[in-house]
Amino acid sequence: MSISQSGFTNVGRTRFWQRGFLNTQSAYVLAALLVLMAVMSLLSPNFMTSGNISNITRNFSFIAIATLGITLVIITGGIDLSVGSTIALSATITSLTMNALLGAQFYPFPGSVLIVSVAAGLLAAAGVGLFNGVAIAKLKLSPFVTTLGTLSMVRGLVYVATQGRGTFPAGPDKELFLTVTAGKLFDVVPVSFLYLVICALVMWVALNHTAWGKHVFAIGSNENAGRLTGVNVDRVKIQVYVLCSMAAGFNGIIISGWLGSAPANLATAYELTIIAAAVIGGANLAGGGGGAAGAIIGCILIEVIRNGLVLARVDPYWQQTLVGAIIVAAVLVDRVRSSRNG
Amino acid sequence: MALLELTGVTKEFGAIRALSDVSFTVQPGEVVGLMGDNGAGKSTLVKIISGIYQPTAGSLRFAGNHAHIHSPAEARRLGIETVYQDLALADNLTAAENIFLGRELKRQVGPFRFLRHAAMDARAAELFAELKSETRSGDFVRQMSGGQRQAVAIARTRLSDAKLILMDEPTAAISVRQVAEVLNLIRRLKEAGIAVILISHRMPDVFAVCERVIVMRRGTKVADKPIAASSPEEVTALITGAMEAA
Repeated sequence: MSISQSGFTNVGRTRFWQRGFLNTQSAYVLAALLVLMAVMSLLSPNFMTSGNISNITRNFSFIAIATLGITLVIITGGIDLSVGSTIALSATITSLTMNALLGAQFYPFPGSVLIVSVAAGLLAAAGVGLFNGVAIAKLKLSPFVTTLGTLSMVRGLVYVATQGRGTFPAGPDKELFLTVTAGKLFDVVPVSFLYLVICALVMWVALNHTAWGKHVFAIGSNENAGRLTGVNVDRVKIQVYVLCSMAAGFNGIIISGWLGSAPANLATAYELTIIAAAVIGGANLAGGGGGAAGAIIGCILIEVIRNGLVLARVDPYWQQTLVGAIIVAAVLVDRVRSSRNG
Repeated sequence: MALLELTGVTKEFGAIRALSDVSFTVQPGEVVGLMGDNGAGKSTLVKIISGIYQPTAGSLRFAGNHAHIHSPAEARRLGIETVYQDLALADNLTAAENIFLGRELKRQVGPFRFLRHAAMDARAAELFAELKSETRSGDFVRQMSGGQRQAVAIARTRLSDAKLILMDEPTAAISVRQVAEVLNLIRRLKEAGIAVILISHRMPDVFAVCERVIVMRRGTKVADKPIAASSPEEVTALITGAMEAA
């Protein structure tokens, strides 16, 4: 195979574990996750029950869609610290719109309030992303500082809009809203998990099978190469920040449906968990690496640890310490592995 | 008719005049060596022709038409391809993905366009076979040697129907055999009627393949003569300033 392909006898074919998914940090973390789950199920008989699995699934879906979004940003070498605030903003805007439409007696057909409100929430989130993207791509501001600013600005807006009290989904479509955000398919699979799977599949196809995806990776590795080869670097960057904010916004709407409210302090400091999940799953903060599968694996790992500690009756304050240790361990394993490969 | 014609090109960066009143022509299918010491203005000149910099003064004509090359994409559209000194490769993409970066082969499926991985890999493998380079289309650039990276950057220029290829130090950091291959490739480009501007520090390379040599010193053109009428000693003297002009 190798001889006929290149004509050189000293050029072999890479072995199966040295290429593709198996040669990624995500695969190592997945292996660690499976081991962890096996240990958990031995230690606690409650771990593998359908109720607990359903809980875990729902809980990690809460941050996983935002993690997919931030993974895109991290692949381009950027960062978005404003995702937590954006989650709160879109949840708040969605429920404010539901209340406003209720007040205005707007209800032309069943579901109309839901559609308008969710669209308003996502649009508000997209606005945050557009602001971040334009500031970073066009004005060349640092992603860290820009999104640190929007973190504060957006949270401030949420407090201003609600006077710090939080809001509640209401109106004729309230039941429908709760069903499509916090419901369960066949009483077991949380709908949020279904949305996550759809988003992840779309992201996987976009990253691996479209020119846009290759441009996202190229920008993260060598932005200049992208510019020189005719990639519209600025446009791709703006798109990535808008998608990240919209993913966070969508997550916010789902969370508010499950809580039945949109408190003004919703998702405070979630950006750290979301970034941690992305990094554990193999997104490289230096840019150029990451993927949809890794993002989800990272979220599952964090949630399984949290869940496992609760089941094992360990002081829940250990959770943060452990998640931090795993971030370092995951990056360390990747470092050792890539230095061995040369 | 000249393929490329520069008239009075000047480039200033603030108070620094990197190029001062440079004029020359390149005929179709001609291989021109561009030599000069570090800071002589070779790379600035290349970047003006490939659309990265705009000249402060002076004008360019390409294929007989007045050319405003405002971006690398515009240069490509005109038929000017460049092998950059830093190669402009993305480490985390495969050889084939780098070659096709910015002009991927796509298949339309409904409203979406998906990459044709197999077709791109096959085309890249053909290009590497032409270059006689032991580079595999599916390998990631980060795992490659300097020579393989060079092969990827050169293969990229062969993708389209270029009229002029600019090569900025294409033989720096590659193996002896690959230097010979790159020089052969330049000869084959010439046979195909493609003009090449070869920027190089390596005197033997320039004298092996070029028909004409242009020498730059401190932003000005100090010599422009057929290789046959020059010698490595003369060019060295021109580069260092031991000889004012020729």
